[in-house]
Amino acid sequence: MSETSAIVILIAAVFTNNILLTNFLGMCSFIACSGQIETAVGLGTAVTFVMTVTAMINYAIYHFILAPLNLVHLQFIVFIAVIAAFVQLVEMFIERFSPKLYFALGIFLPLITVNCAILGASLFMINRNYNFVQSVGFGFGAGVGWAVAIILMAGLRQKMRYSNIPQPFKGVPIAMIVTCVLAMAFMGFAGMVSIQ
Amino acid sequence: MSDGGQQLCGGGTCKGLCGGKGFETLKDGAWTSNPLAIQVLGICSALAVTNRLENSLVMGAALIFVCVGSNLFVSLLRKHTPHRIRMIAEVAIIATFVILFDQFLKAFYWDMSKQLGPYVGLIITNCIVMGRAEAFALQNPPVLSIVDGFANGFGYAVALAVIGACRELFGSGEILGYKLLSATWYEPNQLMILAPGAFFTFGIVIAVFNAIKGPDEEESK
Repeated sequence: MSETSAIVILIAAVFTNNILLTNFLGMCSFIACSGQIETAVGLGTAVTFVMTVTAMINYAIYHFILAPLNLVHLQFIVFIAVIAAFVQLVEMFIERFSPKLYFALGIFLPLITVNCAILGASLFMINRNYNFVQSVGFGFGAGVGWAVAIILMAGLRQKMRYSNIPQPFKGVPIAMIVTCVLAMAFMGFAGMVSIQ
Repeated sequence: MSDGGQQLCGGGTCKGLCGGKGFETLKDGAWTSNPLAIQVLGICSALAVTNRLENSLVMGAALIFVCVGSNLFVSLLRKHTPHRIRMIAEVAIIATFVILFDQFLKAFYWDMSKQLGPYVGLIITNCIVMGRAEAFALQNPPVLSIVDGFANGFGYAVALAVIGACRELFGSGEILGYKLLSATWYEPNQLMILAPGAFFTFGIVIAVFNAIKGPDEEESK
């Protein structure tokens, strides 16, 4: 496990172990924000960025502060605090230095704090004993994988608006069934590379 | 916080319905606005842990515990929490209860803790808990908040158990280790245990729920 190169982990996190389609993380915003492609792209970018950086910060905090002090059981509360603080920081930073980007990403940033994929990526990274480089690869790959999934879904949903769906299936149920097909398609990548 | 926004409107309709009565609150959380099937909150963990009924039950219990605990404390502190920092206060309270449950699992049910893995920790970002704290516990007295937390946790647990039972039954032909579909005529469909089965079952369950409840007033996109 520990010898797997970061590139392999990155590719696996995007395709074979897609954080959304195999680990079901980030479903809430996936369902709520996959109506339009532009929205999906914006949210996907923001998630990728935040996930990569928080994976790094949380790695450092876990291995240099929590583990030596035997405070591992506090990891949940510390991780979520780091994520919330970081998102806030990024938001203020972008608002100050690039108002244009702020308007493009702005509304998605606060959403990210409650995106379980971010916290999930940090927890998986600890669970699987990745080293620092692997963690960065995993954080980035998981973010890209999430973005790919939500953008694909947004494209499908835009088409779906014109199809004739039975009444009880309208909205979320049909979205789940489409996600099921998407997940099956991604299973086709299985065997390409593998992490646990 | 569009998630927060959703929860607020979910809570808004609920508040109108409950009107302060315990039983109404209970019915509302467990059935009429079932967090999972109607409001579609907290689906991440709902999909991830339902490959077996046993896991679903433990997860349901965890959610009831965290929901009741966090609702109680958020409600007790509701007059002392400054409005601006209420989010972080709620997250801190929720995280505390999640840690308690996680430690409990690790101490007494190590195998289960191993199987659920990071999904126990992910209860913190489960929108239901946060949503109830934000929408209900902040405005209501402690006892009623406990009822509400229990009702929502219970509604979630029931929905989880249904999905978990379906997936385990069709995926491996048995429930909690009892063989129900004999291997002579039923070939277990492995797909139900894997990820696509989760999405599929969940979609069907919500569709059935919608069909029973009748046409929804809010038009889907």
